[in-house]
This record gives sequence, structure tokens and C-alpha cells, in this order.
Amino acid sequence: MKETTTMNGDALLSALASGIRGGGVRVVDLTHTLAPDFPVMVLPPEFGQCQPFRMEEVSRYDARGPGWYWNTITMSEHAGTHFDAPAHWISGRNLPAGTVDDLPLDRLVAPVVVLDYSAESAADEDFLLTRAHLEAWEEKNGAIEAGSWVLFRTDWSKHLGSDKYLNLRADGAHSPGPAADAIEFLVKERDIIGFGTETIGTDAGQGSHLEPPYPAHFILHGNGRYGLQCLAGLDQLPARGAILFAAPLKIRHGSGSPLRVLALVPAPDVV
Amino acid sequence: MTDPIVRPPKKDPQKVTRPPELPPLQRSRAALAMSAAASRGAFELQCCKACGAWMYPARDACPECLSVDLAWKPAPDGGEVIAETTIRTTVDLYFRQRTPWRVAMVKLDCGPSVVCHLHGDVEVPGRVRMTAQLDKGGNAVIMALPAKRTPNMADDPELRELTASPKHRRVLVTDGRSAVGQAVVEALVNAGAALVFVGIAEPWKPYPGEDRLKAHENVQTFAFDLTDTTSVQDLAGEIGGKTDILINTADHVRPGGILSAPGMITAKDSFDVNVFGLQRLAQAFGPGMVGRGADGTNSAAAFLDVLPVYALANTPDFGIHSATAAARLSMLQCLRSEMRAGGVRVMSVFTGPIEDDWRQPVPPPKVAPGQIAKAVIAALEGGIEDSFVGDVAKDVATRFRQDAKVLERELGA
Repeated sequence: MKETTTMNGDALLSALASGIRGGGVRVVDLTHTLAPDFPVMVLPPEFGQCQPFRMEEVSRYDARGPGWYWNTITMSEHAGTHFDAPAHWISGRNLPAGTVDDLPLDRLVAPVVVLDYSAESAADEDFLLTRAHLEAWEEKNGAIEAGSWVLFRTDWSKHLGSDKYLNLRADGAHSPGPAADAIEFLVKERDIIGFGTETIGTDAGQGSHLEPPYPAHFILHGNGRYGLQCLAGLDQLPARGAILFAAPLKIRHGSGSPLRVLALVPAPDVV
Repeated sequence: MTDPIVRPPKKDPQKVTRPPELPPLQRSRAALAMSAAASRGAFELQCCKACGAWMYPARDACPECLSVDLAWKPAPDGGEVIAETTIRTTVDLYFRQRTPWRVAMVKLDCGPSVVCHLHGDVEVPGRVRMTAQLDKGGNAVIMALPAKRTPNMADDPELRELTASPKHRRVLVTDGRSAVGQAVVEALVNAGAALVFVGIAEPWKPYPGEDRLKAHENVQTFAFDLTDTTSVQDLAGEIGGKTDILINTADHVRPGGILSAPGMITAKDSFDVNVFGLQRLAQAFGPGMVGRGADGTNSAAAFLDVLPVYALANTPDFGIHSATAAARLSMLQCLRSEMRAGGVRVMSVFTGPIEDDWRQPVPPPKVAPGQIAKAVIAALEGGIEDSFVGDVAKDVATRFRQDAKVLERELGA
């Protein structure tokens, strides 16, 4: 993943800083607000459940604490916009550096490729991203570089607040996601860092019926790759050229964590 | 015949809400047993075990034979009104707000003569049926009712003070996703509730019965999650000022005991709904209800919780669930005392195992949601503080009163 550059570190960072400060580089938020009414993954009720975000006020300039306002928050590691570490899935259980307290830092700040399948997802709520789609995409846009995050844009985040976000029916959830061959291709042939989605999970709503079940979870985490889900604002990212900041909380032995996902994107040229 | 009460007009925003006063609260320790019986809807008097004489008011010794061996038991409820009067003015703050008030002297068939509240439809002299009811202060009072039902009988103003009738009242049902919640909503509509507010947790998840629930004209559904303090506060902010009756039908039930259900998450979920959910409800809606305890025809009247009878003793196959129920009962006891200041009744409807997905391995008899709904309405209309629905609940309650330790051993065998 090492690339040579003609600038030294000082010059690079200073160029970046002036880009952020003076235009040229824009910071974009890809995170939903953590709120109690943000839906969480639905599992059969006899299993342990994903705890949604909850907030209890400790004090608010009142008798409980006259000069200060603060809250106690509780939630699952997998609530809101969140990061999945390899240990989240059984396929990744024996890997080194599988939990969020033990991740290589250079994976948490990395270039990002955005695959826009929002039109396909609007037309087909069960749209499956396949290897063939990726090959066609590369044909047009060039190959996905090793060491990139790959984000799957579906504009699904825009359904938040309506039933369509989870899109639950008697036969389960219906939302787009990747097929096994697409994830195999990205992991084995393109060596990506991780795969991110706008939906409640990295897998399709009907992902449990694919082979293997939940292919994104199974293949990504089985190969030490990461997942990001419940992302927002992917329509603000270019297909390539942005840098993603996705650092989960450093929770001892944690399987994942809610996080603030930011991206640095080239600002539109000032004319 | 009683004039039917009419639906009250919209509240005049310039008028001060009538503050809730309470009827006289003091009772002797002996008299508390009468309140306990009345809380279960029973008319009990003391009876001398030595000579068989019935007595009233409560005594420490038999007025006939001086025996101190007295027992409270269900008394024959027939009687004859021998005198009546109507109080038109008084210095008592509670009754001052409510005059005229009809009072009678009734000669009970079992012996004693009692001074009691008198239903407007009773003709004097005439036969009456006696009932012991809890007043707004939580104490038993006796009321003489017509021997036979009369039209609109429940609308008598004195009797309405002693119940929490849903007629013309606005009611919140906390869990519209469940069959129990839906049955209660339907029963309330049929019982004449003016409006039924229904809480729906996680409305983005479809649930059976949704269409039917939303089809009722007087039913409004709201996103409402007992585990989310903000959500409970938000709804209280919206409808708390006009919630006259609050019915908590939420119950998070999962099978398993302490050793057989490892981990904390399911237990936390259960406590969060069943115990802390109740606390959130009480803290968000309670103060407003207490302030509106005397607010006319649709005053705040009751906070009713539908809870498992295993609040009384643990059934280890649903051990954690029973523990939440016990905590819930304890909370209700605290709340009952706190809400008494506003004359708002805190009612418990204890149920046996409900016929639902989680209780499939539990042998019958089980309770159907419709039975619970019926009991909820009966509790409100009858002013009954503790009701027990289904054979299991009744049996557990009886055995609990006999010997709680024996019950514990039987359930835990």
C-alpha cells in the first residue's frame, strides 16, 4: 500500500491543511445522527437483540447538577452509523487484530471508491450488486485500487424516517446489497479495506437467503476486512478521489462501534 | 332513572382547574381490612366467630358478646333504606366541591345499620344492594345501590366518584402492537371512551391487527416507546394534559430463569419495558394526572397496569419475567400512594399466562386477550384496585393470601 510521493510529510500535511482551510478540500459528514428512533437490525425475537440508542439525562443545570448538562447513553455496538470489525462474524473469529481496539491505524484513514447504484436500487429494492456489475464499472471508471474502502451508494439513507428504510415484510427485509461473487472479487482480487452501505447492514435485506448466508459479513470479516453501514450522504462523494476517515471507538474486545464517518473530498473548482 | 352524563364541552382555558381535594382519610387500623376487601371488589364486614353477629363500623371486640375473635368475610349485601338526607353545604373541602350529596341510613339484612352514600335511583323506603367502594382517598366507603339495575346507573355522580369509568374519558393504551393492547382499545371504544390514544413502538415494523386498530374512528396512534425516555416525554407533552386514564398493556416476556437464560441483555430488555417503562410513564404522565384529578366529567381517573400474577411469587420457568413483575408491583404500590394526592386510582390487573407465542409451552388454562380487556373495563367501571384474570391468576392470588411461602414452594417445585 506504500506509495512514493515527491513531497515530504510536512509539505503534504500543510498542503492538506491549506486545502481544508482555504477551499479545495471539503470535509463531508457521512454519518446519521444517533437518536433513539433510529432503527436497528431486526433478528428473530428468540435471539439476543440489538439495543437501540438510548439517552438518559444525568443533569441539565438543575438540582441533579446545577451548572452542567450531560447524559448517559446506552446502545449496541451495532447501532446507528457503525463499523463492523472482523470478530463480529464467526468467519473472522480467529483472525488477529479482529476487534476494534486492535485495528491497524492506516486502515482507518484511506482512499474511497464510491459505486453509484442508486438508480438500480430505486428500480429494484432487492437489487444485488454482482461481480459482473463491478467489472462493468471498472470498464468505465478504471480498476479499484488495493487498499481502498468501497462504498455502495443506493441512496437508501434517504428512506430513513419511512418504513422503506428497513422495508420489513413477513418474509423479512428488502433492501439492496452485494452478492457473494462481488464481495469475493473485491476482497480477493482488489484487496479492499472494507465495504460500506447506506442500509442497516452490509448485506442485502434478503442476505440470509444467499450463499453463503450474509455473504458480505461472511467474506469480508473472514478475510479481515471491515464493514460500514447506515452511512449517509454518499451522494456528496466522487466516484474516486476522496479520503475516508472511519475510526471506531477503542472498545476492549469490541466487535464494532458507532462512529463519525468523515470524508475529505475535492471541492468544486472555484471559477 | 339517572340522567345520562353528556360529553363534556371543551375545556375553558380561562378557568382554573378544580384542585383535587380528598375525602376524609383517617381510618382505624381495623377498618383497613374493609378497604383491602373493597380493593378487590368485595363487600366484607366483620363477623364474630363466637356468636356470629355481623358488625359495622370496624370493631376490636364484638358488641354483642365482647369476643375479640372477629373475622372479615363477604357479607350479605341486601338491605332496606330507612332514612335519607341530602347534604347541601359542608365545611369539608372535598364534599363542598360536590354537593348536593345524598346520604342514607340502611338497615342491613345481616343486622347492622349503616350510614352510607345513596345512589340517586334508590327510592325511599326501598330495597338496596350494598357495595363497598374505594373513594378517591383509597378508603372503603359503603354505597347503597338500587336492588335492580336502572338505566344509566353508572352515570350517578356519587357512583362515578367511586369508579374510573372510561365513558367520555380520554385513554392512553401504551402498547398497540400486542393482541392484549388491541383488545383493550376495542373494549374502551365500546365502553364509550371519548378518545383512545395508542402507543406503537418501532412503527416501522409491521404488526398484525394494524389495519383494524387504525380503522376505529376514535383511535389515534402515536410512535411511542416505553424504553425511550424522550419518546415517553414527547407523547406526554402532546397528550399528557388530556390523558384521563392511562392503561399500560406493555409486557416484555421471555421464557427462562436466572441460570437457564445466560447473559444480561434479555433481562435488561425485560426490566427496561416492564419496570423502567412503567417509571417513565409515571414520571411523564403522573404529575399531570394528579393535577387533573377533579377536573369535571373527564377528570384524570386511573393509571392501570396489566401485569403478570407472578408478581406475587416467582414461577421459575419465567423467572426473570416474574422478577420484573414483582418490581413492577412494588412500583405500583409506591405510585398508588403518590397519586392518591390527586385522587387518581392506581389499578393492577393481574393476569395468568396469556395465550401468546411466548407461552406456547405453558399448559392451559391460559388467558385470552379479550378476557383481559373485559377485566380492564370491569376494573375501571367498578373502581376495583386489584383484579385477577383467569383461573391461574385467581388461584395464585388466593394461595398468596393463604401463605406466600407455600405458594413459592408450589410454583418452584
